[in-house]
Amino acid sequence: MGKDKIIFVTKEDHAEKSKIELPPSEPQPGLLLPSGEINWNCPCLGGMATGPCGVEFRDAFSCFHYSEAEPKGTDCYDAFKTMQECMAQYPTVYNQNLDEDKESGMPGMDLNLDDNDEDEEENENVHAEYADVDQDETKSKQVAVANK
Amino acid sequence: MIQLAANVQATLYRNFLRTSSNKSFAINAYSIINRHKSTTNNRKQNNIQQTALKLDPSKKLECPQQTSSSTSTPPPSNNYKMIIAAAGGAIIGFGSFLYYQNQQDKDTKVSQSSSSTEFKKSIITRIPEDSKNIPKHVPYLLIGGGTASFAAFRAIKSNDARAKVLVISDELAMPYMRPPLSKEIWSDTDLGLEKARFKQWNGAERSIFYEPEDFYMPIEKLEESKNGGVSVIQGYTVTKLNVNEQKVLLDDGTEITYDKCLLATGSSPKTLRIFDSASPKIKEKIFTYKSVKDFELVKKQVEKSKNVAIVGNGFLGSELACALSHYGTLNDLKVVQLFPESGNMAKVLPKYLSEWATERIRDVGVNVLPNSQIVNVELFNGNQIKLILNNGNSIIADFVIQAIGSQPNTNLAEKAALEIDQKLGGFLVNAELEARSNLYVAGDVACFYDPHLGRRRVEHHDHAVVSGRLAGENMVGLRKPYKHQSMFWSDLGTAIGYEAIGLIDSSLETVGIFAQTNSNDNKNEIKIDGENKEAHSVESGNFKKENGTDNKSESYNKGILFYMKNDRIVGILLWNVFNRISIARKILSSEEKFDDLNEVAKLFDIFEQHHQQDKEDLEKEKGQLK
Repeated sequence: MGKDKIIFVTKEDHAEKSKIELPPSEPQPGLLLPSGEINWNCPCLGGMATGPCGVEFRDAFSCFHYSEAEPKGTDCYDAFKTMQECMAQYPTVYNQNLDEDKESGMPGMDLNLDDNDEDEEENENVHAEYADVDQDETKSKQVAVANK
Repeated sequence: MIQLAANVQATLYRNFLRTSSNKSFAINAYSIINRHKSTTNNRKQNNIQQTALKLDPSKKLECPQQTSSSTSTPPPSNNYKMIIAAAGGAIIGFGSFLYYQNQQDKDTKVSQSSSSTEFKKSIITRIPEDSKNIPKHVPYLLIGGGTASFAAFRAIKSNDARAKVLVISDELAMPYMRPPLSKEIWSDTDLGLEKARFKQWNGAERSIFYEPEDFYMPIEKLEESKNGGVSVIQGYTVTKLNVNEQKVLLDDGTEITYDKCLLATGSSPKTLRIFDSASPKIKEKIFTYKSVKDFELVKKQVEKSKNVAIVGNGFLGSELACALSHYGTLNDLKVVQLFPESGNMAKVLPKYLSEWATERIRDVGVNVLPNSQIVNVELFNGNQIKLILNNGNSIIADFVIQAIGSQPNTNLAEKAALEIDQKLGGFLVNAELEARSNLYVAGDVACFYDPHLGRRRVEHHDHAVVSGRLAGENMVGLRKPYKHQSMFWSDLGTAIGYEAIGLIDSSLETVGIFAQTNSNDNKNEIKIDGENKEAHSVESGNFKKENGTDNKSESYNKGILFYMKNDRIVGILLWNVFNRISIARKILSSEEKFDDLNEVAKLFDIFEQHHQQDKEDLEKEKGQLK
């Protein structure tokens, strides 16, 4: 017996789904931790929380997030201004790739935040985005959630 | 005052996040590839796969998908609008372009002033030029300016917003990603060769540099900075590490003490003795390939050459052979790849697949010469290299790239009294990547304990990301063990792309489950019925003879390879199967012993039939919801 085995299979051989069930993916925290706090490690924040204006970004973002003003965020003008002033000093860091950006809106987040009233739904959606499924599937899921 | 419409919060979050989505490309780039399935079909135009560095499926927020219609909704407040615009940004990567231009200028000066293989005697040898502004003490000290360090400072700054981080790099370049250097960068002359930029999987262009130069804090500001930052000193080498006193000594005599230190010194290309002992005139034509500086040097050679010989059959040699061959079809450069083994990637792929891969690499125009050992090297015609092989043949090349592997840079070990793994090399660390108190190791130089697969040392990009991040997290005190398995990927020619995870070593037993092509001319193909589970076993070397078919009709076009140890799956390689690495990761971390590997293979849906079904189910569900 050789040490390398080869099996050829046909489409029909694999027509049935596998009998093996893998454990569900471990949920990864999204933008918000279960505690409701902001997750600064969220990959969704890109380098924002770690860049040269990371602290200013966090201040402004936190202010907005926790704002109880009506409308929300109206009490964060100063924090935003500070952030903006900081970012203006780093044009190459903060002014990149708008075109790219235009194509890369985040529908999940958008859809989600637009009907931002239900936290539960938001979390579900964030998880759907983090689920280990491929992109198309994720997209469908997001749509499904959004259409609820 | 400010009038805000009801949807301002959504818009704001969105803009916050959109802003970050710009930035997220930087992360993606060092992150993980996830080829879109269509890439395989699109390869004809672009011989080198548009692999690119892609998104981790676990980071879906970054996925460039459809722009939501609400993007165009104008923010209701001008003030906010302004702020958002500042955050949202506008100009495409201008900064990094400028940066790279500067970098290039430097390199040009450098190469004029020194022979092509020696870069050290350049005009600028270090930045800053003297060390008077380097702080005497830093909270976080990272030795090495590669991907592992980059991932580490990201993790440190995420968890400790005001952290002051000093990176010591011996290269004259800010942190950049290496994978494109043997792949995409050669596929587009204007982008790659002129600007060190390349196209990502989604067509978006980016620089190989992780961050624009502005991102980093000038060293003289680090100590005083209120909010901390990351500074990189370039062209400096650490010559001594005192673990007890927590301090390092730089090559110019500067001492720096630290609270936490990361060793991420990477690895250096190995060289063949036959080249090391050759005459200087020959040596001028022999190159190694690792850094962006090497890229610059090789680029110059490529531009004036007609023939290049690549020595080595591993990832670098094989990828570079394909990339240069693609470049060569348009620019009149012929590529020979030679090595003593019988096929490409012989350390990684089982013999039959390695040899099949070699055929596919020949398909893209590389003249692959397996079973070839260099017995002598001579100067030919005054400025060419003649390689004389063990079989009596010889090769004439304008220049030679040796890609025969790397060795970990562990020279600090001895004086620091750090233990080196005798078998695998690298600094010995525990599962938290800790070598000693307050001293961590990541990337190529870490010989770490993987609680699941045992002691390992891994030289791959994604490992640098994963281990760098883990080390960074532990440097801020999170005390996490190594758990998330890193992956790797490679592309060879137009017909092969693969991703893998775990222990991938051709000396292990393997089981390959391949999709049978429906073509009728493949009658001789071994067909093992999925039902009877009888694996057809071949002595790898006899494979061809046994089946009386040539390699071409044995189509290993698509499949799953399991690497086995004591009947357990220890590694999984996805051969032309994309976007499935997370499934492989789950199988690998499962404690289960799978008896029926075909059943395991079904999880990957290599015929993509269930994928379609799932999609339809979702569509239905969606319809119902409406």
